[in-house]
Amino acid sequence: MSENQPLLQVDNIFLSFGGVHALREVSFEVRTGELFSIIGPNGAGKTSMLNCISGRYQPNKGQISFKGNSIIGLKPNDRCKLGIGRTFQNLALFNHMSVLDNILVGRHHLLKNNFLSGSLYWLSGARKEELVHRREVEDIIDFLEIAHIRKEIAGTLSYGLRKRVELARAVALRPDLILLDEPMAGMNLEEKEDMARYIIDLNEEWGMTIIMIEHDMGVVMDISHRVMVLDFGRKICAGLPDEVMENEQVKSAYLGVGFDDEVQQADEEVV
Amino acid sequence: MASAHSRMRCGEFRTTYQADMTIFPTPLARRVAVVSVLLLLLAPLCLDAYYLNLLIQIGYYGIAALGLNIVVGFTGQISLGHAAFFGLGAFASAWISNNSGIPVFFAIPLAGLLTMAVGLMVGIPAGRIKGLYLAIATLASQYILEDFFARAEWFTGGSAGAMASPFSIYGYEMNSDKSFFFVVLFYVVVMFIAGANLMRSRDGRAFIAVRDHYLSAEIMGINLNKYRILSFGISSFYAGIGGALFGHYLGFVSAEGFTLILSIQFLGMVIIGGLGSVMGSMLGTIFMVLLPEVMEFGVHLVGSESTALTQALAYIKEMAIGLAIILFLIFEPDGLAHRWRMIKNYWKLYPFSY
Ligand SMILES: Nc1ncnc2c1ncn2[C@@H]1O[C@H](COP(=O)(O)OP(=O)(O)O)[C@@H](O)[C@H]1O
Ligand SMILES: [Mg+2]
Repeated sequence: MSENQPLLQVDNIFLSFGGVHALREVSFEVRTGELFSIIGPNGAGKTSMLNCISGRYQPNKGQISFKGNSIIGLKPNDRCKLGIGRTFQNLALFNHMSVLDNILVGRHHLLKNNFLSGSLYWLSGARKEELVHRREVEDIIDFLEIAHIRKEIAGTLSYGLRKRVELARAVALRPDLILLDEPMAGMNLEEKEDMARYIIDLNEEWGMTIIMIEHDMGVVMDISHRVMVLDFGRKICAGLPDEVMENEQVKSAYLGVGFDDEVQQADEEVV
Repeated sequence: MASAHSRMRCGEFRTTYQADMTIFPTPLARRVAVVSVLLLLLAPLCLDAYYLNLLIQIGYYGIAALGLNIVVGFTGQISLGHAAFFGLGAFASAWISNNSGIPVFFAIPLAGLLTMAVGLMVGIPAGRIKGLYLAIATLASQYILEDFFARAEWFTGGSAGAMASPFSIYGYEMNSDKSFFFVVLFYVVVMFIAGANLMRSRDGRAFIAVRDHYLSAEIMGINLNKYRILSFGISSFYAGIGGALFGHYLGFVSAEGFTLILSIQFLGMVIIGGLGSVMGSMLGTIFMVLLPEVMEFGVHLVGSESTALTQALAYIKEMAIGLAIILFLIFEPDGLAHRWRMIKNYWKLYPFSY
């Protein structure tokens, strides 16, 4: 991979559901180390874009390259191995598992033990391996300050905590690129501040490249390196936060309709 | 602060991750398990053949029930063909030991592997279909295998059935209830420990992840097809081992025993015991094996003279099983294992139970 090559390159993506054009000729690139935000009104196609990158949806047309190789046609689990992790807009935890086990699932592709060595546990070295990964997971648990709930069952936690556990699970993948779909939706101010701090740390200290969808414009403008605006499935502009704020098209398409009441309800959609 | 430690007994603190990753949730649970096994080792000395027979039944059905729980309770799929795999294990072990000169000692695990291979094949559609369609596909495998048992005389002896040689170690035949009990106990301990280990390592977590949220499991790097099929394979391995023990215990295997009714009874065991609980598989099996015995005891108690009642006994037993499954589905859908945890939670904080 050459120095100038972007980590993720999205080229001319089209995606439609029946008659609905969720995405139309969307192109952008994200460079290694960037904190890149996607904004736009509800239904603009933001989640669909992440779904195309993580492999949940296959675009009708267009090209997506990660680390210089096309990932179109790869299954989500294979993209995960290449280094793409994500969280979901509508929570998608393993609700009957403990917080610890949820995060350990994130280690799946890094663990080597299988059903046979796992069943033999002590005899096969699986225990030793699990222990090493347990330590890694504990580092993430400490970082995200969820040590007190590590034994709780995920489905019983508050919304804010579940969002945090989902982030922990995605971080456990040790992805190079992490996709965050509205990580602060439905949180109070204090929780949002915590979450913003985690995201900055992940980007700066843990070296993860981040694509974030977020409705809170204050946070987006504060922490993003670059911002892209989607509207009706089209990219209407991209650039530095300040440039995007000044863009006339953005003001009319997005910011005009209630810049201040951005507390929009997550619509009922498939993750 | 009690709630933060609600999964441990009062005042227990784990200082290392090793100590936190034990197979038993608490040292007490460990002690209870060890003491139970030690007591069971004494069982052949103090119990008569009737009770030993019940314990042996609980043993081989329990192993098979754990297998079904892996596919249904842990991976969230459905199987209506478990009894056929149990039967396949019984026939396979008998056939291997009769025809190849391989001792029964090795024939049992080989039968498990063979059953696993067939289970993997039957599991292939499970990678693609779900719910009702999968139920029908596994039902088909039940009937196909039953048909195979009836036709493949070279393998099963057809309608005459197959003889199964007794289990022996170093020429010492273990064909009495007393001695075979130890064989079954050994397998129960090994298979249940293996099952519990599986569920706390990588692939076991993957099964549960597929059950709880398959879309995000896939995003977490889990190959859905692989794990849906694998869980059928592992489940069949357990069924095969259980069936093989069954065959060598009775000394004779005939196809009639492995019908859909038994498949439903296996489902009853895991529902009553608790879907997604290793120990629940055993609790449910104990319940299902003992229920008819208790019914029989009750009938004899109230109506030893009433011939009508004694004649109706067979129906009463079957209806009781059906009724138990329905009642559990309504009132205790999480099964006996869940009820057990509730009781434990109550006691462990005693006297501060609130
Ligand atoms: N699985 C799907 N089936 C049908 N329509 C969908 C599906 N996913 C998204 N859409 C449609 O695509 C459009 C964009 O949705 P989405 O990407 O979720 O928007 P956003 O995340 O920006 O709110 C919407 O009109 C939505 O209804
Ligand atoms: Mg969305």
